[in-house]
Amino acid sequence: MSQYLLSMHTGGGQGHGPSTPEEAEAFMGRINALEADMRERGAFVFTGGLHGPDAATVVRSVDGDFVMTDGPYVESKEHVGGFYVINADDLDAALAWAGKVVDAINAPIEVRPFFDSRGD
Amino acid sequence: MFREVYGQAVSTLVRVLGDITLAEDAVQDAFVVASDRWPSDGTPPNPAGWIVTTARNRAIDDYRRLARGRALHEEIVSTGFYGDEIEDPGDVDPVSDDQLRLLFTCCHPALRSDHQVALTLRLLGGLSVAEVASSFLVSEPAMAKRLVRARYKIKAAKIPYRIPAEAALSGRLRSVLSVVYLIYTTGIKDPERAALQGDAIRLGRSLVELMPDEPEVAGLLALMLLSDSRAPARTVNGVVVLLADQDRTMWNREMIEEGHGIVHACVRRGEPGPYQLQAAIQAVHCDADTFEATDWHRIIALYDHLFSIMPTPVVALNRAIAVGETADPDAALSALDAIAPSLENYHLMHSARGAALRRLGRTDDAIDAFESAKRLAASDVDRQFLLQQIEALKATGTNSLR
Repeated sequence: MSQYLLSMHTGGGQGHGPSTPEEAEAFMGRINALEADMRERGAFVFTGGLHGPDAATVVRSVDGDFVMTDGPYVESKEHVGGFYVINADDLDAALAWAGKVVDAINAPIEVRPFFDSRGD
Repeated sequence: MFREVYGQAVSTLVRVLGDITLAEDAVQDAFVVASDRWPSDGTPPNPAGWIVTTARNRAIDDYRRLARGRALHEEIVSTGFYGDEIEDPGDVDPVSDDQLRLLFTCCHPALRSDHQVALTLRLLGGLSVAEVASSFLVSEPAMAKRLVRARYKIKAAKIPYRIPAEAALSGRLRSVLSVVYLIYTTGIKDPERAALQGDAIRLGRSLVELMPDEPEVAGLLALMLLSDSRAPARTVNGVVVLLADQDRTMWNREMIEEGHGIVHACVRRGEPGPYQLQAAIQAVHCDADTFEATDWHRIIALYDHLFSIMPTPVVALNRAIAVGETADPDAALSALDAIAPSLENYHLMHSARGAALRRLGRTDDAIDAFESAKRLAASDVDRQFLLQQIEALKATGTNSLR
């Protein structure tokens, strides 16, 4: 069993959040059903939604001091808006979950494997 | 024989060892042993089986020598490749399904398509890294890097080594077929890479053996055979010879017969698809003893069918060219003008327009079109051909002025 990060990229024009209360309710309904499905099938590990890049701070080490800058590490129109960590047997299984997430949120998903516990 | 045995052996070793790089190294070691022993001991009755068994034993010996060898060996035995179990010690026979599994791994849509092609040629085609590099017109180190990246992604992302389930099969098969066909057409486009045509046909043949019930697999093989049957007549002294001017006695009759046989079987089966229809179009061309005897109406009907399931500008272009052979050239030209904007950068569109304009007697426009085609053509052979057309037109242009 491997773990994969499914990250949602928002802000790039594709994928609009719900704009009416009815849409928001339908959206939450899809998300809840998807997550229930993930839990039932042992795929769910963790999920989170992130505040926008305006809330980000970058910390780096400069001559032994920590220096902070306001804003995201990479300035870009698109940014990671949220993510799932899932268990999957292989890439095909992870891609199948990614497809379901895309259907639910109507935005592109990046699938990336975690190093496995043996470190390879 | 080396290339075929190589593909079979690597495929099976990937199953047994669970790792592509280990499998390739082990198979290469086994070939070194073979080159040492076979000349004196004679070639074994089952060369692929011999290579696989030798490679497997060597790989396991290597593991045992490592510090963590024992533990790692246990791990391989218990986990295998994504859950498959290692074979009992003893002879390992290559299983044809292994090749199919590896082919689906190499052609996984999560890999970039140029990486799919490179991996397929390297692992299943048995080409050396240098050979794959030269067929891509890149340096050997660049190709080696590309192959390393592709193998890394397969391993890191766990791209599975298995034949996809029924639900996903047709989509995944499409990507396998397009890799094999891309290998073939790369060979066609450039005479220096003509060996790829043979490699693609060989892959197509093993695919037919592995998936005898898939009509599109048979269609692809027939398409390649029928197209390749004309290869001997397609260029003379490095210059392209058009279908109309080819010496048809130079066509390879054996390939045509085999291709026709497959096309007829596909027609009887009645599950047409893009490769089968393209093969059927090739079959009509091969049927005609002379260019004039070509059944253009049948060809147009087949292009119509093809366009209904694969509505691409290139299919429309080929249909328009066929129309030009039957109706008045005006009809062909307006069909070509309609497609032109979407194929602005495709040299064959411009050269088809040039031919239609020439037939209409619009010499200057025809020269312009052939000039555009020449600017876009990728190979010397094509440029040479287009230059000939331009020069011939310029000559007639001057004549008519006199």
